[in-house]
Amino acid sequence: MHEKKLTMRGVFVNGIINENPIFRLVLGICPTLAATTSATNGLGMGLAASFVLLGSNIVISLLRNLIPDKVRIPAFIVVISTFVTIVQLLMQAFVPALYDALGLFIPLIVVNCIILARAEAFASRNSLLLSAADGLGMGMGFTIALIIIGGIRELLGSGTIFGTALFGASFEPMLLAVMAPGGFLVLGLVLGLVNAITNRINARKGAEV
Amino acid sequence: MKLRLSTGPHLLNRESTQTLMLDVLIALVPTTVAGIYLFGTKAAWVLAVAVVSAVLCEYLFQKLSKRPVRVMDLSAVVTGLILGLNLPAEAPLWMPAIGSAIAILLVKELFGGIGQNFMNPALLARGVLLASWPARMSVYYIPARVLGVTEVVPAGTDVISAATPLIRPGGYQLYDLLMGNIPGTIGEVCKIAILIGFLYMLFVGTIRWHIPVLFVGTVAVMTWIMGGDPLRAVLSGGLLFGAVFMATDYVTNPMLKVGQVIFAIGCGILVGVIRMTKAYPEGVTYAILLMNILTPLIDRWTSRRVYGMVKKHA
Repeated sequence: MHEKKLTMRGVFVNGIINENPIFRLVLGICPTLAATTSATNGLGMGLAASFVLLGSNIVISLLRNLIPDKVRIPAFIVVISTFVTIVQLLMQAFVPALYDALGLFIPLIVVNCIILARAEAFASRNSLLLSAADGLGMGMGFTIALIIIGGIRELLGSGTIFGTALFGASFEPMLLAVMAPGGFLVLGLVLGLVNAITNRINARKGAEV
Repeated sequence: MKLRLSTGPHLLNRESTQTLMLDVLIALVPTTVAGIYLFGTKAAWVLAVAVVSAVLCEYLFQKLSKRPVRVMDLSAVVTGLILGLNLPAEAPLWMPAIGSAIAILLVKELFGGIGQNFMNPALLARGVLLASWPARMSVYYIPARVLGVTEVVPAGTDVISAATPLIRPGGYQLYDLLMGNIPGTIGEVCKIAILIGFLYMLFVGTIRWHIPVLFVGTVAVMTWIMGGDPLRAVLSGGLLFGAVFMATDYVTNPMLKVGQVIFAIGCGILVGVIRMTKAYPEGVTYAILLMNILTPLIDRWTSRRVYGMVKKHA
């Protein structure tokens, strides 16, 4: 993989599929469990983290030759928390309902391991445009994963998708799905399903070669 | 001539998973009959749906994932029946179906099938149903057989629900507690039937006495210490059913006798503690599930040192 020349498109798609932060790297599991009680919450959390990821990847990539190696982690954290503060203030001003629903998990984006991992593993070693593409791709991968998990939990636990009721009034929602254990169960099942699909695709590729 | 080579121990015994499960099923017959007699045909439907969907889920999963189909070992029947007995008779029929699917697919098959589940499948399914539909699961129905018989309930009433006797321990006669004339789930109310099943399993050697007796004994002692009535605490809720049929599941309790003693006393203490908080009158489900999780640890603490192995230095 490292032999191939990195392209912006390749890096972007890589973040969504091959190295999807949730389904392939299994990073950032804490916000994944906490912020997916509904598809809307998942989308909001995903977009907020994507913005921070894009911003911090760009800035860290620009500063990569200026930051001394020994203090790189504190420097990354300062950059990341700047963007988290911006997101937090923007959300508080424009989407107060979502801001209240996500609560503590917005400031906690500072310690989201996806963002720190990409800063360390990608942005501090690659050019500006590639880092931006990586931030966008990883952000989209994270957002898509959160929407899938949040959607399943909302469908089972409230009978709705993005707040729209799908079933009649006789539907009795499965409360467990929107409680904490539901997060673990749905994440585990979706991870298992993604692995099963990936294995099948890989086996087919192997057969063709 | 064909020589068979195998490592020891060379045991010849006709006992198999199937015969063991058959013994458990026989032991469940009195409870099942009593449940259907007390609650009527609704209970029969709940039990039937639970058993059929458990077997169907196992068959379909094993067929679709191209594993050997082991439905004939009867373990799915036992899981389904125990789950059904854990439900209120008035449960809508989608509940036993969902419960069986959770028990068989999520708890048993996804972890590797029979013998690999880390929790009692029927019990975890009950836990999931309890957390998901608390309004349906924590309502205790008075057996249909009792309606119109006692003066408390006016004749002609179809269904009546009441608080679990655990909340009002003095409210029922000892005879009614034993015979099952009390509100509760299908399987837990008739204590006599449970005790017959317990004696049968002891007699044929399916289970040993340690877990049920120590579990129930610990709860009785805890109740006595807290100033309650030990006898009524034992006879009122799902304690007997849980201790006899669910805590004794081979897969999810410790292997050695010492471990089983720790397991049983742990279950009893947890039930006592949960009941002490008053917010949740029952507690048997969560107590056994918690001890199921601790089982691998208990096995590790109590494992014997294998002969010939070097003693570990502290």
